Amino acid sequence: MSNGRKVLHTVNKSPFERNSLDSCLRLAVKGSGILLLEDGVYAALKDSEGSQTLSSHSGDFSLYVLGPDIEARGLAGKPLIEGCDVVDYSGFVDLAAEYDTVQSWL
Amino acid sequence: MSEEFFDIEGKKKRFMFLNRKAPYGTIYALETLETVLISAAFEQNAVIAFVDDGVYQIMQGQDTGAIGMKNFSRTYGAVEMEKEDADEDPDLDIEWRIVVERESLEQRGLTADDFIIAVEVLGCEELSRLMNEQDVVLSG
Repeated sequence: MSNGRKVLHTVNKSPFERNSLDSCLRLAVKGSGILLLEDGVYAALKDSEGSQTLSSHSGDFSLYVLGPDIEARGLAGKPLIEGCDVVDYSGFVDLAAEYDTVQSWL
Repeated sequence: MSEEFFDIEGKKKRFMFLNRKAPYGTIYALETLETVLISAAFEQNAVIAFVDDGVYQIMQGQDTGAIGMKNFSRTYGAVEMEKEDADEDPDLDIEWRIVVERESLEQRGLTADDFIIAVEVLGCEELSRLMNEQDVVLSG
């Protein structure tokens, strides 16, 4: 881990359309936080192709998913990958305050 | 604009509306949905296709209350109604189809039961053939 700075990475693009999440997983230092939001939440669906890639990293990162974006997309009843925490907007604010910086992968 | 411009009487073309984007991250899905409904007035043959992340547009149980955006998923019911009109009204003499690509479903762990409207599930070869039969393909 580089100089102890705690970074929250946010990914808001679908894993089927962009490689934002792959790049984030490749380049974020272990111990970082990763928050999936907007179309990024599709990556958290357990039954979708490629979800193993993300769950295989669940030990390296703290994974969060934004609940309002899950609900908006009709995914509330769908199983999510293990080891990810669903947060609401105030949870997002808490995370932004808790981590030293926020880095977004667009 | 001349009246002839709008005179499409008797002319029937085959249109495909190709939806490839998830519903709320970009404006493509809503814009294409509006285009489909507006174009229904012209009484043409239409295929409404959902491919790639486009399949997420018709997921059941969407609730946008917390993100403060308009939930337009129920409006796909109006597309289904246009299809039913096309099926049942012999005077119309047009065909509407609502299709989903099987490969896109499987990749996302979804089935036709996840959707808010009734769809035909087609494999990519069948969809490819259908796409090739169209006069116009509008992509969104």
